[in-house]
Amino acid sequence: MHSGGFPWLSLLLVLPLVGAAAMYVVTESTARWIALAATLADLCIALPLWWLFDPQASQMQFTEHVAWITAPPIYYSLGLDGISLPLVLMTVAIMPLCVLASWTAITTRVQGFMAMLLIMETAMVGVFVALDFVLFYIFWEAMLIPMYLLIGVWGGPNRLYAAIKFFLYTLAGSVLLLVAIFALYFYGGHTFDILALSQGTYPASLQMWLFLAFFAAFAVKVPMFPFHTWLPDAHVEAPTAGSVILASILLKMGTYGFLRFSLPMLPDASRSFTPMMVALSIVAIIYGAYMALAQVDLKKLIAYSSVSHMGFVTLGIFVLNQQGIEGAVLQMVNHGITTGALFLCVGMIYERTHSRLIADNVGLASPMPQYATLLVIFALSSLGLPGTNSFVGEFLVLVGTFLWSKVATAFASLGIILAAAYILWMIQRVVFGVPLPHQLTKLKDLNRRELATLVPLALLVFWIGLFPNPLVSRMHQSVNGMIASMSRTKVAPTTQLSAGEAAPLLADGGQPLTTEGISR
Amino acid sequence: MSLYGTDLLALLPELIVVAAACLVIALDPITPASRRDLLAWLSLGALALCLGLTGGQIGTLNVRVSAFSDLVVIDAYARFWKVLLYGVTGLTILMSLPYLKAERIHLGEYYGFILLALSGMMVMVSGADLLTIYLGTELMSLSLYVMTGLNRSKPRSLEAAAKYFVLGAFSSGILLYGISLLYGMAGSTKLASIASAIGTHGANDPLVLIATILVAVGFSFKLAAVPFHMWTPDVYQGAPTSVTAFMAVAAKAASFAAFMRVFVEGLGGLKADWSLLFLLIALVTLVLGNVVAIVQTNIKRMLAYSSIAHAGYALIGFVAAGRAVGPSGSTPGLASVMIYLALYSFMTLGAFAVIGMLRKGEREGEEIEDFTGLAKRQPLAAFLMLVFMVSLAGIPPTAGFIGKFYVFMAAVDAGLAWLAAIALLFAAVSAYYYMRVVMVMYMREPDPAAVAPRLVTSPALSFVLACAVAGVIFFGLFPNSLVSFALQSVLTFK
Repeated sequence: MHSGGFPWLSLLLVLPLVGAAAMYVVTESTARWIALAATLADLCIALPLWWLFDPQASQMQFTEHVAWITAPPIYYSLGLDGISLPLVLMTVAIMPLCVLASWTAITTRVQGFMAMLLIMETAMVGVFVALDFVLFYIFWEAMLIPMYLLIGVWGGPNRLYAAIKFFLYTLAGSVLLLVAIFALYFYGGHTFDILALSQGTYPASLQMWLFLAFFAAFAVKVPMFPFHTWLPDAHVEAPTAGSVILASILLKMGTYGFLRFSLPMLPDASRSFTPMMVALSIVAIIYGAYMALAQVDLKKLIAYSSVSHMGFVTLGIFVLNQQGIEGAVLQMVNHGITTGALFLCVGMIYERTHSRLIADNVGLASPMPQYATLLVIFALSSLGLPGTNSFVGEFLVLVGTFLWSKVATAFASLGIILAAAYILWMIQRVVFGVPLPHQLTKLKDLNRRELATLVPLALLVFWIGLFPNPLVSRMHQSVNGMIASMSRTKVAPTTQLSAGEAAPLLADGGQPLTTEGISR
Repeated sequence: MSLYGTDLLALLPELIVVAAACLVIALDPITPASRRDLLAWLSLGALALCLGLTGGQIGTLNVRVSAFSDLVVIDAYARFWKVLLYGVTGLTILMSLPYLKAERIHLGEYYGFILLALSGMMVMVSGADLLTIYLGTELMSLSLYVMTGLNRSKPRSLEAAAKYFVLGAFSSGILLYGISLLYGMAGSTKLASIASAIGTHGANDPLVLIATILVAVGFSFKLAAVPFHMWTPDVYQGAPTSVTAFMAVAAKAASFAAFMRVFVEGLGGLKADWSLLFLLIALVTLVLGNVVAIVQTNIKRMLAYSSIAHAGYALIGFVAAGRAVGPSGSTPGLASVMIYLALYSFMTLGAFAVIGMLRKGEREGEEIEDFTGLAKRQPLAAFLMLVFMVSLAGIPPTAGFIGKFYVFMAAVDAGLAWLAAIALLFAAVSAYYYMRVVMVMYMREPDPAAVAPRLVTSPALSFVLACAVAGVIFFGLFPNSLVSFALQSVLTFK
């Protein structure tokens, strides 16, 4: 283990909270700087993990394990593996950009806004690093209130509707998750330890129910067709930073949930539900792309393209092979970078023209050459041009799908063609049209703050597009370990687990069942 | 038979509270209006004394003292509730001070009645005999009827008192009828005798079942469980806000305490029957409470329906105790109810404290609309309300989540996963109306033409709010101490 006992992950969680607490005593302009400092500090803490992470190890790294609640045994248990590492890094990399993007866009109650962003950061990182199911659930739910406020207080004209829709959808989806967690606790040897539960074997019928409960929580978050209707509303009404957080990070929690819980804990049910999940993914890919074609609002277009792209991620996960899953994880990161960047671009143009309609923002190439260049880069990345990040991810997903079904691959590929259509059409109008005369005065090219927001993402687009190996190699062991564990013995009559840190699979019947319940 | 002196000593906290109540009422006429605060501080002193006495016994957790020929017991279970009741009563008194003055009903006997109600509740949680429990219930209820009608100049307050009295008297009659039937069967009103009589008679005696149902109905009135909840919205809305808070928290806690003891200790042999009955009651209670709360425009009325719904959640824990199959028996279920109600106290007291603090012109800000734009005008008050609403909705990391966590965990353990799933879906429904308050406070601009709400604050009220918010957040993050206290206290029933 590389951690050397240093609580990297706790530090990641605590720092933004400290920043958020500081918001109560500072002025508006200092609030911006404190938020930037806190998010950058978090990034600086997370970056060394990239090198300290051991790609050869399949177990959790940088683990922390502290008793938290005694009855029932709940632990403050954290750790990173090859699946969560890229997501955590992406989260902490996106957050400073969100602060930068809100620098001038948010003018009211700045302290509150920044505090919400920072609380979101803690909750989101917490979701990716939690190794105790209850701890995970707490982070997962704790995110709702700050996001609700971000949309509802600082959002667009229809923000109230969008905020409550987002809130109720995701809450209703995740309450069943809690019941599933309890059921796993009682069937899985009275533990909430995610790793121990992932080694357990559960009756097939129970797995079915649990899978559906998990599905309700995660599919809403992804969002999978037909649970996606909150997404366009939330995206359109949210402030730019809110849209970026939603698209880049929040949506990944759903797919992360499938990877961390559904597959390892419920392998039999995952296999049985594969056709349904693949079908829903393909519907999402085509339907999302088709809807994107029809949009006149830039944010809505990107929102529907998100539905389509997240369809690739769920497709990759549920074809249940190494290529598919690695492609899915890579695509989660790619979508975070590319779609986040696209939302940032829309936010920048909105700050200038106060319109998100394509018709109001045409011909930006000549007045705003830098902006147009970056927009084209991200747009091409979004349609999966070779050399950009999304190509690698989508290619891996399609290879994985091909191994599962050729027909499914053909349908999924349709999504890529449609993506090319809606993206290029959007680019043609926004970048290469004839600028509206009355808009020309407003169209100033990017300033240094805005460049600092977009250029790092553009670099990431090419870095992952040209050199995906460092990223993919860090996933190998974790993904292989997960696929290997999915083929463990089917239904067993009793559970054979012991709670504890990174409990290895007990090969020979294991320790006696611990019946410590709520009554100690 | 124990010595008379030791009996009195066992009841010392109750005696102190009654004595303080009498003293307050006696001193009231000779206390000048400007110095009525002193009566409140006198009451608080009595509470502190009781807390010291009961708290001192917590170390001797498993000691069970019976007094007056087993009419009352002082056991760990009773101590848990008494500590909770002292705390709630103390906070209610503190929050009443500025509120009653603002409403111009700062009367000395208010504190006397609050103490009398408390003594009734203490008898309820300690009673080991149905008649003792009945006496405690009546003492509590009669005091609450008077307190409800305290605002004599407001027709709504008087109407609430009259409704409360009529329905309360009716339910007491039903309860008493059930008790008399049980007496007829067992020849005694002691819980232990009734339990052994049920053991010999068998559980299928129709008379016993009818008696059980009557007792269940009587208690359901006190718990405000559907379909015996009709009084709740009117009474909660009409009563002075501090009294509403006291009813919603203390009266509910004491009623649950007595109710659980009666059904577990006295009628435990009929578990299979009453757990089914209360399963249905819990289900309709939380469904109706949550659904009807959505359409309310008055926040006190909304919280009345919310308190009905919360009684439904707590009942789920109780049902789980009745249907428990696991090795730990009814312990997790009963403990979950205790944890739930203790945590519910913090958030409900806090929410009512904010409501009582908000004044709009001459009246209190009890319409949800009155909270419009509060976040801009009074950011701290709005933030506190946000915390209480989030906690009532049961969203982590607040105390409300911990309460739901233990209740639903007990339910899943008892094989009631479907019930937990339905209840949690309705918890998501409830988030809609709680979040509406947040929406109004944070996302609507204050109407510049309307009268701006102002806050009536005082150090005492700030202390109440600080306690409530600290409880909500502290127990949301570190529930260990409360959970182990509840688990220890439930051991009484083993």
